[in-house]
Amino acid sequence: MNYSPTQLGSDSMHEVSTHPVAHQHTAPTGFIRKYVFSLDHKVIGKQYYGLALVSVFIGMVLSWLLRIHLAYPDYHIPFLSKLSAAGAPGGVMTPEYYLSLLTMHGTLMVFFVLTNAPFAAFGNYFLPIQIGAEDMAFPRFNMMSFWTTFAAFVVMMASFFVADGPPISGWTAYAPLSAVGRDAGPGLALGQDLWAISIAIFCIASLLGALNFIATTLDLRARGMSLMRMPYSTWAWFVTSVIALLAFAVLLPACVLLILDRVAGTSFFIPAGLVLSDRLQPHSGGSPLLWQHLFWFFGHPEVYIAILPSIGIVATILPVFTRRPLLGPKALIGSMVAIGFLSYMVWGHHMFVSGMNPFSANIFSIPTLIITIPATIMTLLLTASLYGAKMRFDTPALFCLGFISVFISGGISGFYLAQPSLDTYLHATYFVVAHFHFVMAVASLFGVFAGTYFWFPKMFGRMMSESLGRWHFWLTFLGVYCVFMPMHYLGLVGNVRRYSAFVDDYLAPLLPVHRFITIAALLTGAAQLIFLWNLIWSRFRGPVASENPWEATSLEWSTTSPPPFDNFGGKHPVVNHGPNELGVDGPDGTDFLMQTAAPKSS
Amino acid sequence: MGVGVQDAIHAGQKLGGSGLPPITRNTRLPNVTLSERPERSETGVWIGIFAIVMTFAALTSAMIVREGVALDWQHFQLPKILYLDTLILCFSSWTMENALAKLKEGESRFSEGMTWLCITLGLGGIFVVGQVIAWRVLAWQGLFLATNPSSSFFYVFTAAHALHLIGGILGLGYLIYKLNRARSARTTGIRATSLYWHFMDGLWVYLIVLLLARM
Amino acid sequence: MGKVFAVLVTLITLVSIAFFVMHTWWLPPNISTTGKAVDHQLEETLIGTGVLFLAGQLMLGCFAWMASGKAKDARAKRFPGGATSIVVAAIVVVGIEIFTLTFVGSKAWGAIYLTPAEPGSLRVDVQAEQFAFYFRYPGPDGQFGGLHPDKIDDGSGNYFGLDPANDVAARDDIVVGSLVVPVDRPIALSLHSKDVGHSFYVRELRMQVDFVPGLNIPLHFTATQAGKYEIVCTQLCGLGHYNMKAYLEVMSEPDYEQWLKTQAGQ
Repeated sequence: MNYSPTQLGSDSMHEVSTHPVAHQHTAPTGFIRKYVFSLDHKVIGKQYYGLALVSVFIGMVLSWLLRIHLAYPDYHIPFLSKLSAAGAPGGVMTPEYYLSLLTMHGTLMVFFVLTNAPFAAFGNYFLPIQIGAEDMAFPRFNMMSFWTTFAAFVVMMASFFVADGPPISGWTAYAPLSAVGRDAGPGLALGQDLWAISIAIFCIASLLGALNFIATTLDLRARGMSLMRMPYSTWAWFVTSVIALLAFAVLLPACVLLILDRVAGTSFFIPAGLVLSDRLQPHSGGSPLLWQHLFWFFGHPEVYIAILPSIGIVATILPVFTRRPLLGPKALIGSMVAIGFLSYMVWGHHMFVSGMNPFSANIFSIPTLIITIPATIMTLLLTASLYGAKMRFDTPALFCLGFISVFISGGISGFYLAQPSLDTYLHATYFVVAHFHFVMAVASLFGVFAGTYFWFPKMFGRMMSESLGRWHFWLTFLGVYCVFMPMHYLGLVGNVRRYSAFVDDYLAPLLPVHRFITIAALLTGAAQLIFLWNLIWSRFRGPVASENPWEATSLEWSTTSPPPFDNFGGKHPVVNHGPNELGVDGPDGTDFLMQTAAPKSS
Repeated sequence: MGVGVQDAIHAGQKLGGSGLPPITRNTRLPNVTLSERPERSETGVWIGIFAIVMTFAALTSAMIVREGVALDWQHFQLPKILYLDTLILCFSSWTMENALAKLKEGESRFSEGMTWLCITLGLGGIFVVGQVIAWRVLAWQGLFLATNPSSSFFYVFTAAHALHLIGGILGLGYLIYKLNRARSARTTGIRATSLYWHFMDGLWVYLIVLLLARM
Repeated sequence: MGKVFAVLVTLITLVSIAFFVMHTWWLPPNISTTGKAVDHQLEETLIGTGVLFLAGQLMLGCFAWMASGKAKDARAKRFPGGATSIVVAAIVVVGIEIFTLTFVGSKAWGAIYLTPAEPGSLRVDVQAEQFAFYFRYPGPDGQFGGLHPDKIDDGSGNYFGLDPANDVAARDDIVVGSLVVPVDRPIALSLHSKDVGHSFYVRELRMQVDFVPGLNIPLHFTATQAGKYEIVCTQLCGLGHYNMKAYLEVMSEPDYEQWLKTQAGQ
């Protein structure tokens, strides 16, 4: 290929565009184009983060309501009757309203927080920059996928305001409870329809997003950015998007079939002979287990979608603060890929006691246990990378350490549930609740916190308050253990989950434990307000951040804070190193080499 | 203006790079023709194909399970028009390839290529009409969405395919519009569109075989 | 900071483990012949995972401690064996644990779910509905009557939808709200649901299985100790889910016979 001189760049030292660059789009003007319907992946990433932030606070408030009701069933919660006069007359929830709030808590957290924040938000913002691209491969699809997610959110929230309220079938929406319609009880009419529609819309949005991530990673890497030179966070987003592409593609038809059962009289999931509300239901031949299989075929990869990006984020951040490369880069990446692959083989471990053929329990148990191996490898690699280091204990680093601790805790409890012979006792008890909250609500969220404190300077050009960050960390770290560790013990006693009250002789004596958990949850939740305040205050008043305040190596730190519209100001970064050049002799007496630094002289 | 090649490369090297342009895939250099560089829209379509395959795989397994769990599966005859529809769609893949060949040949064959694209578009539309006719035939026989699990799956499968095909028709229409405006074959998205079209064809063949075997 | 973290992590770990070891909140005593294997499996897992938990958290705390306040230029020290030793250790240690637990555990699981009920077991038909369990005994003729969902009438106590007028076998079926069984006798349950998914969970039996609408799920057990135990629903079934329970009453053989006679007389 020949480049005639006239095609080459200007005479400015900083404008090395050595060939006509096909800009995705020119810089936007006007408020709507810049901040609302933006094609810029950075704006879209922030929009996703904002949506996740709103969702997590709603979800957290819901959890407070649930916990208060459980621990103090007679307490009149102020303002609750304003939210729903029928659901909480006098501020005391009805059993069905408890289940409605429970369903929305789970749905918001799993879909709108844990799929949005670590994956869509940070991935959208930083994937293109970390690989040296100007934007995502399909910026218009990117914008569409955010606004489609937002539409799904609106539809989901609408269920709060319909007559019967949100659905009561849990975020797992098992059929036939979720499929027969109004006859199954309060909360299962329009609210359930809205839920199913919202999730179907969410699937489409996620599919678009995943497609974008994959195409961008494959096609838009800068010169020198081989796959093995990509930062761990990029790898995590890439593997996650492959998982997401295949998983959401299965949930979408499942939701469609559910909707058809509800409104079109089909019988995919509803068998014959069911009598609900004294009415023989006009369906026949369907299989409730079919819903479970379809749902969990999506559902299990979904939880890896929730955790893998956080693992990648922690693996990216930790070396920056230990000032040395992570142990075993290839092993880490290999483990991520292995987990992605294995995640599709284990869905039946949610169904050990579901009435499916008990022999299949053995078959699902084996890959479920095997998946602990790459998880253990990753945890050990992260931990062992600390050995012999002198660490900088800034807030991002603290959350990385916290992540490792809570991921160990959450992973260990998985060991029990992976065995059918133990699951026969522990299934549907608080042991399960402890397990998934540790790995998802805590570990994954710690990854998001670490990422926020780490990348905030890059995104907004200002540092977050370090002292507020530390308060946030210590209170949260202690708090989450106080909230979720006792749930293991409750599970061992046989405390069943999704109960709106503990009225029987067996469970009533456990109320003091529940009270402890509730108080811890309220306090830990309050501590999150420190984080929220820190975000808002630092956005406007935080100390101005330099280009690379943490002295990190990946490409986002080679551009301004925040990056210009096309990420690199017309330059095309050329990558000469992997992200692991820490603790080496760098220029000007520093101890690191950025990925774009000149190659080491041969 | 007039910065020498060497100067530009040196400038680039001073900033820590090799000074040469990066390998990004979608740069539109003047001397690129249709057949050469892979486009990112093609990558996108490939990824989309994986997702759509998963969706139809999920529906397939749902159908197999549903047929097996209860004794209420009623077999019925597929409307004959579906066979004609299959031929039409397969033929449209041929016309699509024809269009591509003509467009590749260059400016002289451009109009012919456009014609073949329009024919393909028309055939796609006829296919969808054929689907609707098939649904009417079934309705006339009393087979609706909820009548029987077999009819339920028939409608779900054919509707899902038709929806995706309509997406392809819209995409093809947009491509024709773009080509018409540019009056040049150096428009992005030609191969992506044809790839998607062939996939829709292949998916339909899979479906008709599946439905024949199961319905 | 690192030292504080190390101390906190250690404290949390030790306190957590203490509660596990002390059995402060623990399983109720096992009363099932197959339950002992489950309990044994649980103990093994506790020990195995307890070691991993302790080791992992302490290692983390230890390294965090060491990483704080050290002199510069400690780059030289890397984890002994590097990544390879970690990968190998993970595969070997975790692999062995997996292998052992699976091998032993599958026997415990199989004893409950993969072995057929003993011939001559006492058969009981169990129906779950929103929000109660009902139990049906075949009665003196030893035969269960057919079920007709259209005949279900809770008001008159016809929970199962029996048709005694036309179905001879249904006439002497005994329908009660408690699962009454004799001790040390094999019991074979058949579980079905009237409406949505429910679950049958008796902690003391170490058993749990869902009611799947449209299916009849078998479950069998032998209770070794008399007493009254809760049967609770664990599959979200609607607003009354939290209160959906029945009792398993295990009686001596003579007491059971007495109870049966009383029921049959009614």
